[in-house]
Amino acid sequence: MDTRDRFMKLLPWISTPVMLALSLGVWTFLVRVVGVSEFILPAPRAVAESLGALLIDPEIWGHVRITLTEVLAGFAIALLLGVVGGAVLGRLPWLEVAVRPALVAAQVIPKVALIPLFVIWFGFGITSKVVVACILAFFPILLNVLLGVRSVDRGYRDVMRGLGASRWATFRDLELPSTLPHVFAGMEVAIVFSVIGAIVGEYLGGNEGLGYLVVVSLNALDSSKLFAVILLLATMGSVLFFAINGVKRFVIPWHESVTGRDIG
Amino acid sequence: MESQRLLDSQEQASAADPRDARVEARNDDSAGAAARPELELLAVDKTFQTRQGSTEALSDINLSVDRGEFISLLGRSGCGKTTLLRILAGLIAPTEGEVRVGDRSLWHGANRDSEALSKFGLVFQDPNLFPWFSIEDNIALPLKLRGVAKKARRARAEELCDLLGLSGFERSYPRELSGGMRQRAAIARALSYDPRILLMDEPFGALDAMTRDKMNLELQSISITTGATVVFVTHSITEAVFLADRVVLLSPRPGRIRSVVPVTFERPRALESESDSSFQEVVRTLRHELDEEGV
Ligand SMILES: Nc1ncnc2c1ncn2[C@@H]1O[C@H](COP(=O)(O)OP(=O)(O)OP(=O)(O)O)[C@@H](O)[C@H]1O
Ligand SMILES: [Mg+2]
Repeated sequence: MDTRDRFMKLLPWISTPVMLALSLGVWTFLVRVVGVSEFILPAPRAVAESLGALLIDPEIWGHVRITLTEVLAGFAIALLLGVVGGAVLGRLPWLEVAVRPALVAAQVIPKVALIPLFVIWFGFGITSKVVVACILAFFPILLNVLLGVRSVDRGYRDVMRGLGASRWATFRDLELPSTLPHVFAGMEVAIVFSVIGAIVGEYLGGNEGLGYLVVVSLNALDSSKLFAVILLLATMGSVLFFAINGVKRFVIPWHESVTGRDIG
Repeated sequence: MESQRLLDSQEQASAADPRDARVEARNDDSAGAAARPELELLAVDKTFQTRQGSTEALSDINLSVDRGEFISLLGRSGCGKTTLLRILAGLIAPTEGEVRVGDRSLWHGANRDSEALSKFGLVFQDPNLFPWFSIEDNIALPLKLRGVAKKARRARAEELCDLLGLSGFERSYPRELSGGMRQRAAIARALSYDPRILLMDEPFGALDAMTRDKMNLELQSISITTGATVVFVTHSITEAVFLADRVVLLSPRPGRIRSVVPVTFERPRALESESDSSFQEVVRTLRHELDEEGV
């Protein structure tokens, strides 16, 4: 049992490189043997060279910084609004009932379709992208926090009530820790969404950021650079996600999503 | 070793008159004006309002529990045992009637008397340990709420872990413990501030028979050493009789006190006494009463 557990822990560290090597192999195979055109699928080597050139270019870091700023600002605002909103709605059932139709409507609307509107309202600068990133990130956080506040275990509540715990102590020792896993679940989804929001925002308007770079490469029909920028974006998304995951492991080490029992 | 000691004294006890000196002493006590009951329910009714209408869960409950007394609340599923215990604990308010703790009323309007509340130690059917706290922090939670310093809390938690056989698991999280260990931790939490009154709702309901026997012995010795008043909910007749000074039998729909059966064997009692004919006699009486209710 113990060795099996250890094996399960090691497995991703083995399987991930294997999968990477495998996809690289298929990629090379498609280019070399099948002979897919350079334009549709540039060779791994060409992409690596483009990436190298991109990383040396000092301009790239300006773009990275812009996109990162948009993502983080949007995410931070969404986190604040989402946590406060979720906590308030969780406490006031009548308010939740009142705003539920609006919430559902806002959920169902494809928010990406609204981006051109935001560009009109907030201009081609950074603001419109922050707004998009924020709106996309807001809903998963709000809904998770709402769920978290609602789902504080009744039995645990009885424990605190039976001890005559104060309002503040009940929050500190019960409500906060039992809601935190939901906050983190929301944040993990939200960070991915805000990256999407910022990039799509940059696709549609403006002249800076990694999304803009994607559009430029596309217009120049420079597909190896396009691939290189996409790789950069993927890396940025992963780093952000794992940063939040790391914070989660630190803040709620006791939770199942961290101890990994739920994966098996 | 402990159970051996218990066993010896039980054998002496069953040889003699089963009437317990402790019970008699208490009876003398309450005959005098000195002792007030520790816990009192006066004409308590409880009606729940639900979507389907109203359910009368308890009707006209009168019960007084003396200091140091061990009461078992026995009854079928749904007869209102949990409701009664929650009313005693101040978790819900009675619809009618009064709850008194010592010489104080538990409820003042919508507020609970904090001095009365502070006398209670609660153990629920589920351990209800907080998954974000270590066993130690769970046990010491009531002390934290009372503003006891961290060092003193830790010392007390360690002491209780020793008492309940949880040593070495102080820093573990609840999920790393077995069901029986969790339930013991829950009891340790209830004991952490030396409560005068222990209220327990089927705390051993989820345990296997052997662990349950062991826990019953432990609970008995705890109640003897701390001198706490205990109200213990169960639907096991044997468990009820083994532990109690008095068994209070509830009948369902609405929950009423059907009868109160005194159990007078000397303490400490040993598990073997469950096969004594006098013990079996009490069990039979109670079973008969339960059966009479019909199905
Ligand atoms: N919060 C509640 N709302 C509505 N009805 C309730 C509530 N709590 C209990 N009841 C009703 O009161 C009655 C007694 O319930 P209670 O939980 O006290 O029974 P119990 O004797 O503890 O049963 P068990 O042995 O199964 O735990 C039941 O009919 C139940 O449906
Ligand atoms: Mg019950």
